[in-house]
Amino acid sequence: MPTLPAIPTAASSTAVRTRRSAQAVVLALGLAVACLTALPVRADSYREASQLLKSGQHAEALKQVNRHLSAKPKDAQGRFLKGIILTGMNKQKEAIEVFQKLTEDYPDLPEPYNNLAVIYAQQKQFDKARQALESAIRTHPAYATAHENLGDIYSRLASQAYGKALQIDSSNASAQTKLAMINDLVGAEGAKVGAGRTADGKLAAPATPAAPAKAPATTPVTPPTPVVIASAEPKPAAAPAARPVESKPVEVKPAPAPAVPVASPGAAPAPAPAPKPEPVKAADASSEITAAVDAWLAAWSKKDVSGYLAHYAKDFHTPDGQSRKAWETDRSQRVGKPGKIEVSRDKLNIKTEGSDKAVVRFRQGYKSATFTSSSGKTLVLVKRDGKWLIQQERVGG
Amino acid sequence: MSALRQLVGVACTVLLCMQGAAADVGIPARYTDSGPDPLLVRIFEHIEKNRWEPALNETEALLKAYPKFRLGHLIKGDLLLARTRTLKSFGEGGAQHVAAKTGAPVAEQVADLQQEAIARLRAYKNRPNGAQVPRYLLQMRPDQEHAVVVDTQKARLYLYQNDKGTPRFVADYYISHGKLGADKLKEGDQKTPIGVYHVTANLSRKKLPDLYGSGAFPINYPNKWDKKMGRNGHGIWLHGTPSDTFSRPPLASDGCVVLANSDLDALAKNLQVGTTPVIISNSIEWTTLDDWQAERKSLLAMIDTWRGDWESRDIERYARHYARDFSGDGKKLAEWLAQKKKVNAGKQWIKVATHNISMFRNPGKDEYVVVTFEQDYQSNNLSNRMQKRQYWIKEDGRWKIVHEDAA
Repeated sequence: MPTLPAIPTAASSTAVRTRRSAQAVVLALGLAVACLTALPVRADSYREASQLLKSGQHAEALKQVNRHLSAKPKDAQGRFLKGIILTGMNKQKEAIEVFQKLTEDYPDLPEPYNNLAVIYAQQKQFDKARQALESAIRTHPAYATAHENLGDIYSRLASQAYGKALQIDSSNASAQTKLAMINDLVGAEGAKVGAGRTADGKLAAPATPAAPAKAPATTPVTPPTPVVIASAEPKPAAAPAARPVESKPVEVKPAPAPAVPVASPGAAPAPAPAPKPEPVKAADASSEITAAVDAWLAAWSKKDVSGYLAHYAKDFHTPDGQSRKAWETDRSQRVGKPGKIEVSRDKLNIKTEGSDKAVVRFRQGYKSATFTSSSGKTLVLVKRDGKWLIQQERVGG
Repeated sequence: MSALRQLVGVACTVLLCMQGAAADVGIPARYTDSGPDPLLVRIFEHIEKNRWEPALNETEALLKAYPKFRLGHLIKGDLLLARTRTLKSFGEGGAQHVAAKTGAPVAEQVADLQQEAIARLRAYKNRPNGAQVPRYLLQMRPDQEHAVVVDTQKARLYLYQNDKGTPRFVADYYISHGKLGADKLKEGDQKTPIGVYHVTANLSRKKLPDLYGSGAFPINYPNKWDKKMGRNGHGIWLHGTPSDTFSRPPLASDGCVVLANSDLDALAKNLQVGTTPVIISNSIEWTTLDDWQAERKSLLAMIDTWRGDWESRDIERYARHYARDFSGDGKKLAEWLAQKKKVNAGKQWIKVATHNISMFRNPGKDEYVVVTFEQDYQSNNLSNRMQKRQYWIKEDGRWKIVHEDAA
C-alpha cells in the first residue's frame, strides 16, 4: 500500500510556506504598484498601507487603507488588505467580518476564504476553518495553500475526533496550527495557474511569474522609501504581531576621514574615585547620540549620499545578509533619487549599554511628494573612534 | 481519494457478512428507534460507495445527535485523516495518530470500537421482523406486558410486547455485557449469566454511582436452576452508562447488561418489577410463528394432561410426568410420589385449575422450560390457591417435570 508522505512537522512546513508567502508578497507588491500607477490617489493610500503593514505599523496602515476605502469602498484589493491588517492587529472579529463580506461579494475568490480559515483556526473553530477552505478549493481546485491548510485542518479535526473516540486529551498534543495566510489577492492567480502535483503527490507551490516581481525596483513611480520588501511577513498563526522588519539602508564606505578622533572623552582620566562621572557621562552621551541621529537624518533629507552613508559603522548589519556593496549601491540610488524629501523624528528614547553602545528608538517621519509615512525605528549605535555610528537599523520598536 | 479505499474494506466486510441474513429484513419494525444505528449503517454505505462528503456529513449529523458517541468520533477521525494520508483499516489511523501525538496506548480501545461497529451494524441489518420470534417466549402471562430477550453475541437487547399471548417486536438496543463473555458460573468471573430471569427491583439513578448511568434493574440471578447447578455470584443488573460516554464496548461489564442511558430510559417505561421476564441468551434461537405455536400448544397440552392426571388420583398416571432426576420441596422423586400417593388416598375428589400460565424456554445448552401458573386446588377436605413454578425438560422424547415448587 503506497502511503502518501506524512504531514510535515510544524516547523518545516511553516518555514516552507512562509518563504512562499514572502514571494507572494514581492509579487503582490509589484503588481499592485504596476497596475495602480494610473490611479495615483488610490495608489498612494493603498501602497502606503501595504508598506506600513510590512513595516509593522498596523495602526497607520489601517488609517491609510481606510482612507483608500473611503474613496473606493467596494475595492476588493483594499478590503482584502484591510482584513490582513486587522488580522495582524489581532482584531479577529473585525477581520472575519471583512473577509466574510469579501467571500459574499466575490464568491469566486479563494483568498478571502483561506484567510477566513486561518483566523478560524487561530480561534480553534476548526469546523468553520474547514468549510472556508473547502469553499476556496471548490472555486480553485488547484489552490496549493488552501490544500495545505486544509490538510492541517483535517489533521487537527481528526485529532479532536480521535481524542473523543479514545478518551484522550489531545487538545495539547498537536502543537500550533500552522496555517498560512495569503497576503494578497494576486497570489492566488499564481496558485491557480501554477500549482500542480509533484511526483510525491504533494501539492507544489504556485509558480511565481517572474516578470512583475521586478516592478518595484524599476518603476520610476516608486518613491525612495526606506521601507522595502519584508523578509518576514506577519506569521498569523504563531505570532500575529508583526516582527520588526529590517530595512535597507545603504552601505558606507568605511569613512576614510575619521582618522582624527573628534572627541576624546578623557580616555585616561584621573583615577579619582568620584562617583559623579557616570551620570555626567550619560548625559553627555545622550546629547552626542542625539546630535549623531539628527546629522544622519539631515544628510538623508539633503540627499547627501556620502554624508548619509558615513553614519553607518563598518560592521553595520545589512538586511537579509546582503553584501555591503550591494546594500550601498541600493541605498545610494534611493537616497540620491531626485525629488524633495523630508525625514524627521520625534523624541528619542535612548538606552545606553555601557559607554560605547546605545539603542535608540523613535518615530521617523518621511515625506515626499507622493508618499508620507510615520514608522517606528530602532537604531543600535556604537561609538567608534569617538563617533556614534549606526550598527543596526530596524523598522519598528 | 484512494486513501479511503481501505476503510471500505472493513465496511464491506461488515456489510457482506450481513447479506445472508439481511434477506428477511423485509418488514421494517414499526415502533423502534434504534438510536445511532440507522445513521451508522448509512455512513458505512456511503463509505462503501466512495461517497466521502455525505459520509462525513452524516457522521457529523450523527455526532450532533449523539455527542458522546465514541465510535462516531472514531469514524469522523478516519474520514478526516484519510484526506491527508492512507489508512489501512478502520480505526487504525486513530491508534497511530494518537500514539504519535500522545504516546498513549490505545490499540485496545480502537479494537473495542471496531467490535462495537461490527456489532451495531450486524444487529441492525438483521433486525427481527414479524414472521419470527425468539423461541424462548412460549407463553407470556397476561400481566406481563413486555418481555426482554438479550443476545450477548450480537450485543443486542430485544423488547417484545405481549399481544394477547403472541410476542410482538417493539424495539432493539445495543448492549454491552461481561468482559469475559457469557455463561456465568461463579462470583467474580466477569461473565453474564445465561437463563430465564425477571426484574426484581428498580434502583433510581440518584442512589447510584455514575457508573450505572440513568438507572438500574437487578434481576434474580442466581435463580433456582442456577443454584441447582451450583452457580453463584450476585448483583447482575440491567443498567445505564456512565456520563462520559454514550455507549461502552460489547465486552465491558463485570456481568451486567449495559444500555445507553437513553435506551435504558426508553426500556424502563416497559419494565415491571417482579414481573417482566428477562431472558439472556448467547445467541437467540429464532423460530417461525408456526413452529412457535406448535411447540407452545404441545407443552400446554402436556400441562393440561398433568393437571388431569393429578385430578384422577391415579399415582401411575401422575408419576409419568416426573423426570428421574426430579426434586421439589426438598424431596427426591420417590419421596415426592410417596407423599402424593398418601395424600391422594385421603381424597374423594380433587379439582385442579391452572390460571395465568407463563412458559419460557431456557436459552442455551440446558434444555428446559420454566412454567409458572396460579394453581387453584380444591378437594373434598382442602382447598388452596398458590403460585406454582415447574421446570419441564425433555426426557426420552417426552416433556417431564424436573423441578416443582411454590414460586
